Amino acid sequence: MATMAAPVSGVHAESSSPSGIWSWLTTVDHKRIGILYLVSAMFFFVWGGLEALVIRLQLAGPNMGLVSADMYNQLFTMHGTTMVFLVVMPLSSAFFNFLIPLQIGARDVAFPRLNAFSYWVFLFGGLVITLPILFGLAPNGGWFGYAPLTTKAYATGYNIDYWVLGLQILGVASLAAAFNFITTIINMRAPGMHLMRMPIFTWMSFVVQFLVILAFPAITVALVFLMFDRFFGTNFYTIAAGADPLLWQHLFWIFGHPEVYILILPAFGLVSEVLPTFSKKPLFGYPVMVYSGMLIGFLGFGVWAHHMFSVGMGPVADSVFSLTTMLIAIPTGVKILNWISTMWGGNIRFTTSMLFGIALVGLFTIGGISGIMHSSAPADLQQTDSYFVVAHFHYVLFGGAVFGIMAGIYYYFPKMTGRMLDETLGKIHFWTFFIAMNLTFFPMHFAGLYGMPRRIYTYDAGQGWELFNKLSTAGVILQGVGMLVFLYNFIKSWRSGPVAGNNPWGAPTLEWALPSPVPDYNFAHIPTITSRYPLWDQKADELVKSEAETTVGGRLKTAKELGIPMPFPTIRPLIAALLMSTMLCSVLFIHAGNLPLAMTIGIGSFLGLAFTLVSWLTSPLE
Amino acid sequence: MASVAKTDPHHAGDAPHAHPPTSTGLNHRKIAVWAFIGSECMLFVSLISTYLIYKGKSLAGPYPHEWWCRATNTIAKSAAELGQCAPAETFKPILNIPVTSASTFVLLMSSLAMVLALAAVENADLPMPSGAWDRILRSSKTWLWMTAILGTTFLGFQAYEFTSFVHEGLTIRTNLFGSSFFTLTGFHGAHVTVGVLWLLALLGIDYKRGLKPADALNVDIAALYWHFVDVVWIAIFTLIYLIQ
Amino acid sequence: MANEVAHAADAHGAHADDHFHPQWSTYWKVAVVLTAITVVEVWIYYIPSFVASKLFVPSLLIMSAVKFAIVVMFYMHLKYDHKLFRALFTGPLLIAIGTLFGLMFLFGKLAIRLGLGAG
Ligand SMILES: [Cu+2]
Repeated sequence: MATMAAPVSGVHAESSSPSGIWSWLTTVDHKRIGILYLVSAMFFFVWGGLEALVIRLQLAGPNMGLVSADMYNQLFTMHGTTMVFLVVMPLSSAFFNFLIPLQIGARDVAFPRLNAFSYWVFLFGGLVITLPILFGLAPNGGWFGYAPLTTKAYATGYNIDYWVLGLQILGVASLAAAFNFITTIINMRAPGMHLMRMPIFTWMSFVVQFLVILAFPAITVALVFLMFDRFFGTNFYTIAAGADPLLWQHLFWIFGHPEVYILILPAFGLVSEVLPTFSKKPLFGYPVMVYSGMLIGFLGFGVWAHHMFSVGMGPVADSVFSLTTMLIAIPTGVKILNWISTMWGGNIRFTTSMLFGIALVGLFTIGGISGIMHSSAPADLQQTDSYFVVAHFHYVLFGGAVFGIMAGIYYYFPKMTGRMLDETLGKIHFWTFFIAMNLTFFPMHFAGLYGMPRRIYTYDAGQGWELFNKLSTAGVILQGVGMLVFLYNFIKSWRSGPVAGNNPWGAPTLEWALPSPVPDYNFAHIPTITSRYPLWDQKADELVKSEAETTVGGRLKTAKELGIPMPFPTIRPLIAALLMSTMLCSVLFIHAGNLPLAMTIGIGSFLGLAFTLVSWLTSPLE
Repeated sequence: MASVAKTDPHHAGDAPHAHPPTSTGLNHRKIAVWAFIGSECMLFVSLISTYLIYKGKSLAGPYPHEWWCRATNTIAKSAAELGQCAPAETFKPILNIPVTSASTFVLLMSSLAMVLALAAVENADLPMPSGAWDRILRSSKTWLWMTAILGTTFLGFQAYEFTSFVHEGLTIRTNLFGSSFFTLTGFHGAHVTVGVLWLLALLGIDYKRGLKPADALNVDIAALYWHFVDVVWIAIFTLIYLIQ
Repeated sequence: MANEVAHAADAHGAHADDHFHPQWSTYWKVAVVLTAITVVEVWIYYIPSFVASKLFVPSLLIMSAVKFAIVVMFYMHLKYDHKLFRALFTGPLLIAIGTLFGLMFLFGKLAIRLGLGAG
């Protein structure tokens, strides 16, 4: 893949970096790591989508027997867990990795090897959670894993063990990446790239990294308790010992609500790049967009208990959390208005990317409005645990996050691969997705209001739910068709799509000044930025060196020829990630009753990890 | 909000020559460590909150501040108030304030040793005083050793505390107090352990080639972590040990 | 305190332009203050009448907050360091403390008296 040729205004941007599987296992290049995230997350997307397909086939009619109740539990648990942790988050990570250094004018992230480590930890964590479903042993406690239902007393199998361990491992990946990106954004901006000149995607990513470092510790602690309860016999969630059944719920949602913004803000950022480009207008109210993003992030820590109105927290708590939840709709609404104002009077080009972007504005608004409905505690009591809520969060997460990411993929594919995605196939993909999405999730509002509860594996006829379920199932099948079109387009275009220039869309932000695909060193020289929209406002020669300086013999110069020091590729992050994951998973043998083996593997991999880290820290970066 | 162009001369020249200067003039790792510390606040708040939420919720003893009679499952402020209870059934309050006060003091003093180590490294290129005693006081090795030893002493106190609690009938599985107490303080102890290893690594460098003012940043980062662990203990000592 | 700090920094002629770390004497003074507060904390723990009074918990909380702040400001030299570090620490700390208070309230460890009838 790395050897894809792409002429850049007459010059071949042939990548000089090595190819082959080893180069991918040892890469510390943020762009390659971004592509690894993208490809892995697409794989998990298909996986989680197939789980959803089975769920919908099971629910297509009353009393269907496609899967057992237990398998159904595994399916909905894994569908949720996969889509949240293994699809939307890593797809966002793909863009963090690929875009942030390019957008701020840096040659890499602050800690390139740590970045590789994050990716491998993510991959191993994802496999620990995902693979057990092949053996019918997948986690089955819901994506929120409510304790005490997930303690040994109620969940004796290995299923929840994989979930607990997998999420712990994934948390390490997210946290390590977040420290990395915070440092990168604060400290690696090109001269003149003031905070208020940063592209809005980088801004939203910046906010998200703070949400990650503050939200993940809460779930880490909750999971540590659960892990200790399950493996070491502690009592954190043992009701018989006086434990409070709400402890898990609170810790989980202290993480869980900011997590919602971790999922949606990167998509908001992507759409905020796409809409101005295809409207040929600067983003309306850039500072307001920045501040509203920060405000959403901040308020996001004060609303968690709105997921728990039905547990009886009392009128004061209910009112406070209702109020903060309603407040948070204001900065979100501001964003919607700014997007509309950006398009207003613009010279709009309806590319696939733009269509996904516009659809996000509409679909997210629907999801946002149903969200405000259950910010009111009394209304929420009617809607909670029903399909109405399922409809709500799929409008925000599918219509919002996934559509935003799709807009981003169509927009940035040329920069990543040097080639354009096929626009006709893209439009087929968009319209099938758009119709299918609404066909799937809009009827769920009604199913929910007619009283259909979530997480039931089947239902009796005659409750008025049949039609809505039929429609939803038809919608999911159509989504599958759209996905196939997209995957075909993705693979075909990567191989033989039309060659993209540096800036096929006439976009304004810095990354588009670079050749496509971007050479490993990104910037032959670090540009000086004087505008929020450098490619619209600045001359090209202020941003990139002339071709004569950056190319030789019809190809781009290598980092060596330009005298740019590059970090060495290294396998150590992968090994460290593998050993860390093994160390955590060794506790599985405690469950199996083999303490000596658990100790052997645990201590063995710990020593290996320590050795790897020492070797990592003492080896030169570049 | 504008980017800060002010440079931090202390850390300038830290990056390899070929790299552009950082946007803030600050060092990458120091920023990352502060972000890490911010994240750790949330980790310890979650652990401390759990301890506090479960305070007084254990259905059986032993308890942190109260006497407990197992036979009758009664709690009292003092042994006398417990009334008739066989000695084997009587459990005294678990928390040992004198011992923990000592270990708290030890950890506070380790923070002092840590800042003095940093000051010694920062001033390592100033002319050394002639007196032997003054030389010892100016040596970074002295204070790094001192910090590591005090940290290890704190861990020793914790090991003593944990084993004596187990002897007194409290394990991590006994009740909510045991689970939340051992997990919270265990997490803190693990942080101290990492800190001691970090200090030993710095000492290794110091013996190998001597820590120079140019290394001050590395010592500073370790010190920030160390002080943060100390600061967490300040909160734990008050919230868990002293408040009844 | 500020004077002493300035003085301490000036004393290091070679480093005066360098960093504004408070040096030796300040570090020792801080240690003395920390020790003194710790002694008071433990001391009042052993005064039953004070333990029983309404002042006990607030005074302990204030004292540990002061210790916390002193260590962060002087030993972690946040007082003298770049304001960015201050923001990186205080922002998360405030959210963490807010979460702590939220949880204490939700689990009935803190009561809010609204004055609505007999509570
Ligand atoms: Cu929420």
